[in-house]
Amino acid sequence: MYATWPCPLPDGSTGEEMALRFDKDRPRRLLMIPPMFDEANKFRHQVTEIMRRFDANGVDCVLPDLPGCNESTAPLADQSIAGWRTATVAAAAHFAVTHVFAVRSGGWLMPDTLPSWIYAPVKPRQVLRGMLRARSLAAREAGVSESSEDLLASGRQEGLTLAGWDLGGALIRELDEGEFAPPADAVTIEQGEVGGKPLWLRAENDHDPAQADTLAGIILGGLAD
Amino acid sequence: MTADTASAAKTGPSRSEIDQTLRAILRDVLGLDQAQVDGFDGETGLFGHLPELDSMAVAGLLTEIEDRLDIVIEDEDVDGEMLESYGGLLAFTEAKVVEG
Repeated sequence: MYATWPCPLPDGSTGEEMALRFDKDRPRRLLMIPPMFDEANKFRHQVTEIMRRFDANGVDCVLPDLPGCNESTAPLADQSIAGWRTATVAAAAHFAVTHVFAVRSGGWLMPDTLPSWIYAPVKPRQVLRGMLRARSLAAREAGVSESSEDLLASGRQEGLTLAGWDLGGALIRELDEGEFAPPADAVTIEQGEVGGKPLWLRAENDHDPAQADTLAGIILGGLAD
Repeated sequence: MTADTASAAKTGPSRSEIDQTLRAILRDVLGLDQAQVDGFDGETGLFGHLPELDSMAVAGLLTEIEDRLDIVIEDEDVDGEMLESYGGLLAFTEAKVVEG
């Protein structure tokens, strides 16, 4: 179920990262790209629920760790969205996937050479704004005044710890400039199609089998076409 | 029909629409049933009363309010009073919608 894969690192070397996979050498193989930061934790259970449904329906799927994320030992502060995109493209080639399914901010990393689905896409600026706001709210609660504007200005240069995530200056600039988006021909699945409460809004992590059934069903239908 | 649409666009969402939208957002954030959020009154405690409503969850809550009601909430608008109770959050949001 767990494998390792050779992952390109920002300094040009190759590291080793973990991947969760259901791999039985079947013809249809999906690369899963989870959301980043806080939502990575919120969606971990749900992403594996969806993967189990693909496996049960004859589709291989793989969820590779990216450097600085999940079980990776690479420092998060050294990573960038551009670097994660390179790593994602390398993972797609290594695992010989045929299709891509990304969730939320995972859409920024999608390779544009494979047929793909993006669930509930979000813009880099929205994600950055949420994390800046969480930090200034927490600071205010502790009796310290920090404005999002000042935090952003210094974070763009020196990096910043936001909501517990140690983000480098390059990553903050990428989020602020917001140039990353899913490929134009990716099929978008909005929450309205899936139904139920959006899991990324939940204060406590949760999963939802009915939503996993619907999402997997939409993609399995697309794979069968 | 046309006249109704025009007037809705001019005045923005009504007070009861704001109330319903806020309850729906809290239902989603807190993972509650509709019946539970329908039972919220002005005194129902939020931030500081619900351990799961931490700063990241409050940030998500405010961003969702902005998106669904098409308003902007500045950092300096956010204080303990508006987040203390459902009534405080509703009054704040209504004022923002009128302002916007």
